[in-house]
Amino acid sequence: MIRKLTFAAALLAATVLSGAASAKTLVYCSEGSPEGFDPGLYTSGTTFDATSRTIYNRLVEFKHGSTEIEPGLAESWTISDDGKEYTFKLRKGVKFQSTDFFTPTRDFNADDVVFSFERQLDDKNPWHAYVAGATYQYSDSMGFPDLIKSVEKVDDLTVKFTLNSPNAPFMADLAMDFSSILSKEYADKLEADKTMQQMNQQPLGTGPFQFVAYQPDAVIRYKANPDYWGGKQKIDDLVFAITPDASVRVQKLKANECQIMPYPNAADVKDLKADPNLQVLEQAGLNVAYLAYNTTQKPFDNVKVRKALNMAVNKEAIIQAVFEGMAEPAINPIPPTMWGYNKDVKDDPYDPEAAKKMLEEAGVKDLSMKIWAMPVSRPYMLNARRAAELIQADYAKVGVKAEIVTYEWGEYLKRLNNKDHDGAVMLGWTGDNGDPDNFLATLLGCDSVGTSNNPAGFCNKEFEDLIQKAKIESDQKKRAELYEQAQVVFKEQAPWLTIDHSTVVMPMSKKVEGFVQDPLGYHRFDGVDLAE
Amino acid sequence: MLQFFLRRIAVLIPTFLGVSLIAFSFIRLLPGDPVLILAGQHAMTPEQHAAAMHALGFDRSLPVQYLDYLGNMLQGDFGQSVVTKRSVLQEFFARFPATLELSICAMIIAVCLGIPAGVFAAVKRGSFFDHTVMGTALIGYSMPIFWWGLLLIILFSGILQWTPVSGRIDLLYYFPSVTGFMLIDSLLSGQKGAFGSAVSHLILPAIVLGTIPLAVIARQTRSAMLEVLSEDYVRTARAKGLPPFRVIGVHALRNALIPVITTIGLQVGVLMAGAILTETIFSWPGVGKWMVDSVFKRDYTVIQGGLLLIAAIIMFVNLIVDLLYGLINPRIRH
Amino acid sequence: MADTSIKTANEESPLRRVLAEFWFYFAENRGAVIGLWVFVALVLVAIFAPLLAPHEPYLQYRDAVLVPPVWQEGGRSAYLLGTDAVGRDILSRLIYGARYSLFIGIVVTTVAMVCGILIGVIAGYFRGWIDTAIMRLMDIILAFPSLLLALVLVAVLGPGLINAMIAIALVYQPHFVRLTRAAVMAEKSRDYVVAARVAGAGPLRLMFRTILPNCMAPLIVQGALSFSNAILDAAALGFLGMGAQPPTPEWGTMLAEAREFILRAWWVVTLPGLAILITVLAINLMGDGLRDALDPKMKRS
Repeated sequence: MIRKLTFAAALLAATVLSGAASAKTLVYCSEGSPEGFDPGLYTSGTTFDATSRTIYNRLVEFKHGSTEIEPGLAESWTISDDGKEYTFKLRKGVKFQSTDFFTPTRDFNADDVVFSFERQLDDKNPWHAYVAGATYQYSDSMGFPDLIKSVEKVDDLTVKFTLNSPNAPFMADLAMDFSSILSKEYADKLEADKTMQQMNQQPLGTGPFQFVAYQPDAVIRYKANPDYWGGKQKIDDLVFAITPDASVRVQKLKANECQIMPYPNAADVKDLKADPNLQVLEQAGLNVAYLAYNTTQKPFDNVKVRKALNMAVNKEAIIQAVFEGMAEPAINPIPPTMWGYNKDVKDDPYDPEAAKKMLEEAGVKDLSMKIWAMPVSRPYMLNARRAAELIQADYAKVGVKAEIVTYEWGEYLKRLNNKDHDGAVMLGWTGDNGDPDNFLATLLGCDSVGTSNNPAGFCNKEFEDLIQKAKIESDQKKRAELYEQAQVVFKEQAPWLTIDHSTVVMPMSKKVEGFVQDPLGYHRFDGVDLAE
Repeated sequence: MLQFFLRRIAVLIPTFLGVSLIAFSFIRLLPGDPVLILAGQHAMTPEQHAAAMHALGFDRSLPVQYLDYLGNMLQGDFGQSVVTKRSVLQEFFARFPATLELSICAMIIAVCLGIPAGVFAAVKRGSFFDHTVMGTALIGYSMPIFWWGLLLIILFSGILQWTPVSGRIDLLYYFPSVTGFMLIDSLLSGQKGAFGSAVSHLILPAIVLGTIPLAVIARQTRSAMLEVLSEDYVRTARAKGLPPFRVIGVHALRNALIPVITTIGLQVGVLMAGAILTETIFSWPGVGKWMVDSVFKRDYTVIQGGLLLIAAIIMFVNLIVDLLYGLINPRIRH
Repeated sequence: MADTSIKTANEESPLRRVLAEFWFYFAENRGAVIGLWVFVALVLVAIFAPLLAPHEPYLQYRDAVLVPPVWQEGGRSAYLLGTDAVGRDILSRLIYGARYSLFIGIVVTTVAMVCGILIGVIAGYFRGWIDTAIMRLMDIILAFPSLLLALVLVAVLGPGLINAMIAIALVYQPHFVRLTRAAVMAEKSRDYVVAARVAGAGPLRLMFRTILPNCMAPLIVQGALSFSNAILDAAALGFLGMGAQPPTPEWGTMLAEAREFILRAWWVVTLPGLAILITVLAINLMGDGLRDALDPKMKRS
């Protein structure tokens, strides 16, 4: 306790001093508390915003505002001809952050890289389970333990990864949050002190901001890392004011209690745009929301029924009521901003009369079905319940009786693992890396049948052939053609009602400069400045 | 007295065990799969799932889990939060001061306004003042406080912009947490304006949380006061020609306060229930909001530990009230 | 409160006289009478909701989203109190909402009261280990803040109106148990009970025909209290997303759905809350009247 107090006093002194030089403080009204501060252990964007995107770096990074890869802690790399060996040349002279809880004595080197991956891959590593119940879920779900054979230090500034099989997306995986590089020296000290838990509470990395303090559910404080290899940030202090309620975030932004916020309520966007002190950035989201018919089940195994139900729904009304227009109706399962998007595919028209007739032709009378509505708000579907109510009312007009069901989120996903779930399921997807394969194969491929990723149970030979061919093709132009064909098949088969691609909206003070929206939905504050 | 004290404590032990068993079994009955929630929409193989369940200890038999849980609890280990992987006790005490500060301020508001209002209403029984106070108290007592909070936010934070929207203090102030109470810490910090900022953040939530206790205390004080005023010794005192202030302030009030103190003690449970709603509305980083969040996140260990800790606190406060009451009023001991 | 039992139900006094006497004291409290009228009006609104509501509560008017109340600029006479985010008429939803609130109050109070009285009589009459076990169990339930316990219970049972009502009833019944037990214990040694026992009345008859009617007064007062609290707690659970599920026009749920419009459409936030307040206030006014009418101490003064 006494030690904590002296730390605190030192911090206080530091802030008072920097305060004298009129410190620039950027306050971000974040949407929730991070689960912890070790990005390897978690999967949520909220946690990554607060950890990997501020405190840490990776060997390679996504370019600001894109999904392209650029050098990070590795300056350069070579890939062997068989695609199994990746050798990284590390950046020299990179310093870990000096904080009140730890002062590094050496620069970043290959040991840190080996440590950061081995703790995830090797279940005998003392850091593999340093917090009870910890699992490296993201690393597991990207298949790292099976994919990576070894991570070796060649010399202080060279690291070699050996894979079990060639894998094109591997470089992109290394830019993802769970691949953040931790300090081995800090880890050794915590291990010696028997306070390994601190790794998840007092994080230390090489990133643009360093951790100062965290008060659960209230506030996280960072300050600019003065030794950052990419140069010191223009803002001195970065504060995350944790504000889970979207309307409260809006009020705080308007009152200048924070300068930037994510995920406003659609209802508030118009008002925010009208505020002379605010600017509102918009970007087409890399996402899709859909209603998946269980195609393995009667009568949804009949294409005609699926088409008819698609034609019964007024998407425009959903987009108005749920997104206040801040979304576009979806035609294809991938968003239009993605390469390989087929512009020529036409959507099923909204035509209740025709839909009614088609249902009669298909011999479906007095259909009653279930509509599953997610219990949570997601960027691609802000209010599933409300959308389901609208669809329910539309269905009623063509004589289909729908019951809305919902379960607690984990339960919802779990029930979808059962192939025989009943009716049509609302769900969606936000891209991990910007490749069409990440949508089409993940959500509609035969391998995913029987998981919550493919609630339609869709497995169509023609479609599957196309996407499998595209997966191994190296020429992007040819891949794009294959994916365009796949989208035509998708629309003919109509396993989903494609609902929308939402627009990601970031309201912020006009004083905020240099903020770039991330296509993958993360929030990065490096390079951001505040005008006087 | 000692015997009375020991008997009260002896009764608490089985109750506490029962509370722990209930908290434990609720959690096992909860539908939903904590591992899947943590994974979100990321696919998982059955092996990975089993490994994660094992890591969380959910694969063992229930009696074993319960005994383990009791054993660990006696050593002060309430387990780790499923979501944050931090110790439940640590998480609890990171938030408890916020709830305690809010509750104490709410109670101060309730007592400082409620007792005088009740006393005057009783003294001026049947007057316009009495009717107004009792009418207002009944409205307060009937108030859906989650709605009351929203109204105050619309008015004071939205339209008038007098108070900040949420949080405990303006984020520009940063000082070490010494007591965990923002009001005290802000004074200790010596930073200009910090205390004012803390007060302006606290005032609306405290009013909202204090509303129901205020109404209850005002009503209780009035009826206790009426009862005492009709007692013989008060009549005698009046007949002796003692000044009304002395009669009411010294003789009557002192006796009327005994049941009121019990009422105040009983409001602790009410405060905790109110804190759930108040903290949710004001994004107040306290125990109540933490519990609601945990229910939604299916953070099993937190719900379990939180239920138990909150119940323990209420039981403890009730014990203190009982003992105090026993001291004041010896008849109760038998 | 436990010692306030009375014997208005003495065999020789006809029921009518008792009622007349009750009404005399009840009517002395002006607030209680007002509360009663409001309550009767609410009951009528609930019963005749289909006749009174200008629109279907679930019907969405896509061309009338977030229309303000009629007296405000932009309001339309078709929607007196405006519409919500998907174009449903708020007045109609409030009218139908009265059904839910009264239903919740009645069911929760009845279930809690019947179970509580049964358990309480058993505990108070038999004493011994049954009594100890029951009272410990009640202590355990009372050790939790009621809303928190109800919240977790609903999480266990699954969100929904019925489960919310079960949870609330379970949380409320210890109060009835304690009251009944105390009253039964106080009455048990009275002369008239002893006389009945000597006359050969069995324990069941003794408990429910002889003792219970004489302990009803505090139970009725507690019942009124539970009624209003049940409405409040169910609305709170709905507000937290754990009670009635949308699109049910339950007031608390409506309020939860409306929260995101707090800055933009005051009517979707204000009106459901006002409806809750009025209903609860009316019942509490009546409850005060009941207490005054049934409490002999108050009568004397």
